[in-house]
Amino acid sequence: MSVRLEAVNLSCGYGGPPVFKGVDFTVQSGEICALIGPNGSGKTTLLHALDRLVRPMEGEVRLDDVSIWNCGPREVAARVALAPQRAATAIWPLTVRETIQLARAPHRGWLASYTSEDVKVVMHAMARFGLTNLAGRSMATLSGGEVRRVLLARALAQAPAVLLLDEPLTYLDLHYQAEILTLVRSLSREEGIAVVLTLHDLALAALCADRVVLLANGRICGQGPPGEILTPEVLTPVYGDDLEVIQHSGKSVPIVLPRVRAR
Amino acid sequence: MSEKGVEARNEQQEPDEGAGIRFPRLGWIALLGIGLLASVAASVALGSVSISPRSLLRALTFSENASPVHLAVLWDLRLPRAVLAALVGAALASAGVAFQALFRNALADPFVVGASSGAALGATLALTLGFSTGWAGLGPLPLAAFCGAIGAVLCALALAETGSNSSMASLLLAGTALSTMLSAIVSFLLLWANQPWFQAFNWLLGSFSGRDWSYVRLAAPYLAVCYVTLQLMSRPLDALTAGDDVARSLGLSVRTARLVIIAAATMAASVAVAFSGIIGFVGLIAPHIARLLFGASHRVLLPTSALLGAILLVWADLAARTLLAPVEVPIGIVTAFLGGPFFLYLLKAKGGRLT
Repeated sequence: MSVRLEAVNLSCGYGGPPVFKGVDFTVQSGEICALIGPNGSGKTTLLHALDRLVRPMEGEVRLDDVSIWNCGPREVAARVALAPQRAATAIWPLTVRETIQLARAPHRGWLASYTSEDVKVVMHAMARFGLTNLAGRSMATLSGGEVRRVLLARALAQAPAVLLLDEPLTYLDLHYQAEILTLVRSLSREEGIAVVLTLHDLALAALCADRVVLLANGRICGQGPPGEILTPEVLTPVYGDDLEVIQHSGKSVPIVLPRVRAR
Repeated sequence: MSEKGVEARNEQQEPDEGAGIRFPRLGWIALLGIGLLASVAASVALGSVSISPRSLLRALTFSENASPVHLAVLWDLRLPRAVLAALVGAALASAGVAFQALFRNALADPFVVGASSGAALGATLALTLGFSTGWAGLGPLPLAAFCGAIGAVLCALALAETGSNSSMASLLLAGTALSTMLSAIVSFLLLWANQPWFQAFNWLLGSFSGRDWSYVRLAAPYLAVCYVTLQLMSRPLDALTAGDDVARSLGLSVRTARLVIIAAATMAASVAVAFSGIIGFVGLIAPHIARLLFGASHRVLLPTSALLGAILLVWADLAARTLLAPVEVPIGIVTAFLGGPFFLYLLKAKGGRLT
């Protein structure tokens, strides 16, 4: 099942001036694409636009050559899943299992009951993120890392063709960082899922992504393989010169570190 | 990366839970159902003429040696009244669940969002303008009440919409102000139309006095439709409490779902008001108790709240007709005695924050 999600000349904003303008961007089956850029550069807005949450001011988003605003929300949700940066604090929190089960609605419909297949998918997603023991716990009682894992498990249970992950590694310990990067890679390589993720840690971006897209000053400042984008020449105009790029000796990936200056 | 280790750990965890989780909840619903039947039985047995369990059984089964007085009291007076009280309690509680979820607010209920007083205004307008009786068996009352209620809810929503951020606190304030105003208009209308004082009391504080089967027959179909609609919307309600963006991202047409839920909840509240006046606090208390006991998932929350609301109102009605017998206390006074302190407790427990 191949998929192609494409932003064409996309401009988005929230009433005021656009957050970004004229963005052209494509992601396809089996590809992992990392969105990087400074705080407030519009990474999350771009993910939301790709998930049909933000209506574009200009341009469009196409899913397999059909504008997503010509599809129903359920149609898009059955193929595109977003794991948001943080869970909205619900006033009456559901349990972990109930939260993840909601992801089956786009496939099953909002009124139908869940089938045994849905239960299986949900159990599998919970097991994958070590949540099985927490299934009956209220979302309000979870730690930051546990909440993050629930959000990721929910996106996985949505069984999407395109997976959008907003800062998937924040709050996670090294074990789960590795687990999720491994999972993302196997989803893309074995199941052909297209992945777009935003990351602040450029070293992790280099480690997992096929392609890095640098978003800054309301436009795309460069995209390409990590080796081409994660260089001082491309990064310095965006982040300033407080950074250092070194080469990982074993793997052929660049590692970007903040430079700590002596005062 | 010790992927195998993690997998192994997960497999150990897996058999922990399964289908077992569902049965106890169904059990609870069944138990509440039995509780409701018992409450209705108690309510029809008690009062100025008290009926012993054996006579009650005889009268219920139309046994040959049932006393004619008991038969009349049971079938013509008490049973329709108790059934209507249960229906109205269930309607108000499920409307309360829906409004609380929709507005993500612990203090929302049919009165606070303006539905009840809007319905009362619609109904009294229909009455004073003389559309009161018989209209192809349907009666204009529920429809007039619904028009008033939906108008009031939309009004409160529009008033609360301050710029981009429709704050829940301002919805509550707008709704409460609107409710007070509409209630005042209801009193004025009734007095202006030369209705006796107790009539106004009955509208503003609710009463099941003299309700017979015709009321039950009129109310039941409307309420059934509303309840089934809300129950069908239980998963969208879950998604909406998790946040609009989450719901949208999971493929819910948020606007449509909202409209359907508002319509069903408002209809339920307005039918309740049309047949029994404004009864406060049931729509507030029942959902909270149910949520504490059975969790936030609407699939279980809706039936349990409805049953709790029904039980609550059946007992409140019994209290209303026996406390000062032979005088009937408006039932709203009873529910306010129970609900007022609960409301204040909620407000206090939330640290005064209304969101």
